[in-house]
Amino acid sequence: MFVIKCPWCGQRGQKEFTYIGDSNVKRPDPNLASDKEWSDYIFLRKNPKGWHDELWQHTTGCRVIFKVQRNTVTHEIRLTLPLSNKISGAEK
Amino acid sequence: MKSIKGRYSIFSLLRNAINYHEGWKESWRCPEPKSEYDVIIIGGGGHGLGTAYYLAKEHGITNVAVLEKGWIGGGNTGRNTTIVRSNYLLDGNSQFYELSMKLWEDLSRDLNYNVMFSQRGVLNLAHSDPQVDALQRRGNAMRLNGIDAEFWDTEKIRRRIPLLDTSDKTRYPIFGGLMQPRAGTARHDAVAWGFARAADSYGIDIIQNCEVIGINVNQNKVFGLETTQGSIRTKKIGVAVAGHTTQLMDMVNLRMPIESHILQAMVSEPIKPCLHSVVTSGATHLYISQSDKGELVIGGDLDFYNSFAQRGNFPAIEHVVQSAVTMFPAFGRLRLLRTWGGVMDMTMDGSPIICKTPIDGLYLNGGWCYGGFKATPGSAFVFAHTIAQDKPHPQNECFGLDRFEKGYTLDEKGVGPTPKAH
Ligand SMILES: Cc1cc2nc3c(=O)[nH]c(=O)nc-3n(C[C@H](O)[C@H](O)[C@H](O)COP(=O)(O)OP(=O)(O)OC[C@H]3O[C@@H](n4cnc5c(N)ncnc54)[C@H](O)[C@@H]3O)c2cc1C
Ligand SMILES: [Zn+2]
Repeated sequence: MFVIKCPWCGQRGQKEFTYIGDSNVKRPDPNLASDKEWSDYIFLRKNPKGWHDELWQHTTGCRVIFKVQRNTVTHEIRLTLPLSNKISGAEK
Repeated sequence: MKSIKGRYSIFSLLRNAINYHEGWKESWRCPEPKSEYDVIIIGGGGHGLGTAYYLAKEHGITNVAVLEKGWIGGGNTGRNTTIVRSNYLLDGNSQFYELSMKLWEDLSRDLNYNVMFSQRGVLNLAHSDPQVDALQRRGNAMRLNGIDAEFWDTEKIRRRIPLLDTSDKTRYPIFGGLMQPRAGTARHDAVAWGFARAADSYGIDIIQNCEVIGINVNQNKVFGLETTQGSIRTKKIGVAVAGHTTQLMDMVNLRMPIESHILQAMVSEPIKPCLHSVVTSGATHLYISQSDKGELVIGGDLDFYNSFAQRGNFPAIEHVVQSAVTMFPAFGRLRLLRTWGGVMDMTMDGSPIICKTPIDGLYLNGGWCYGGFKATPGSAFVFAHTIAQDKPHPQNECFGLDRFEKGYTLDEKGVGPTPKAH
């Protein structure tokens, strides 16, 4: 089991958290988006093997949703940030 | 199988027994890649090897190579819990998995290789009244499609699966179950080896330790690929790499409706026969069966976050084992022998993708989630058709990539576009 640093509660076991998904997926404006753009937003994911920017929720703790940059091969976590912060340099 | 010379039979067994079993020939060659093939299949799992076999057998295409980055059957084909069933609700899925089931029933004979297909029945448990309704609805849909299904009440389950806790004191009371008698298990490695041997007998090259690192495309047409053993020319490529589908499709800039997740499985120490059928419980995330060696083979749910680690996390193991020992209290005294994980290509609707792609000559077979082993012969059969005829077989028309954009998703559980929830 790996440990995730909640920006609010600090280091906690991964079991307390729920994975939400890719944090770089942006919802297009439904009034302007084409059908193609809309379905890309709903269905297509980058799914990188390596560094991934993602959202997690501290479900059994403070329930805050925050950003995590995690390696999908080693599970190393490079940083965790509150939702309002941008992950600079994004995933590679 | 083409060549009669190497056929396995009671006579070949006797002949080799007399010679102290020193005369057995290798089951497939290990050739160097040629500079060009008519079709190249990427991925030496059951789906890739099966596709090569049906290309030769059904379509007469034998100038084919299967490229595998590791050893054949070392991916999910060799890591799964070997459950084979066709108990699907939705049209499209239902007919496809039943086609596969029919191929399973004849596979050992067809391949001249014992895949140990054992139709011991698969029982899905219901733990509440709504689940009973859902299972009965599924059972009725199956019967309307000509597929076998029986609803078992708690009393019958008590008699047939005596070690299952069916008392009303248990944490997950048993309200009944849906049994598919023709479902069962098969020997996973044998499926890869059997297809490999049969494909090889048609002259198909199976090339191991050969990773594909690039796909060459010119004016939207495939003309070859780059591998760790050099470049190879071809006009048709079939991709069957399970958990690495997005990595292969990245090479041609096609984004996939897929996330890769880890699924784990585990076996106990071997014990005497005590569990005849496969028992599954969707609500408690458990499926369990007993292998011919006597080990209890146990699987559960995903680790629930994107992963390419090919090994799992402890909380998932703990959860699966908790379910197992709650439902089968006697199994609490066993020790776990091994655990492992496989990288799963989870799609946005939980159904597979078998289709042509927007690039000419590039065909895709993937998105198997955690149910692709049972699909192996059916998937290979329709994928070979799709590649050979350059159009889908009627049984995989519903598995196109365009179904997402067009709103024809096949979502068995109705959970929506959340891959880990399927
Ligand atoms: C723990 C677990 C339990 C499961 N239980 C069941 C079950 O009970 N019933 C069921 O029906 N299904 C089950 N599945 C799912 C099933 O195992 C898979 O869907 C199925 O085996 C996929 O077969 P495949 O041939 O597509 O993939 P694989 O067997 O994974 O083959 C793909 C191959 O592609 C190779 N490859 C990848 N990238 C490259 C590259 N760049 N170049 C060359 N080769 C490459 C890989 O090395 C691999 O060998 C389970 C899976 C797991 C992990
Ligand atoms: Zn917290």
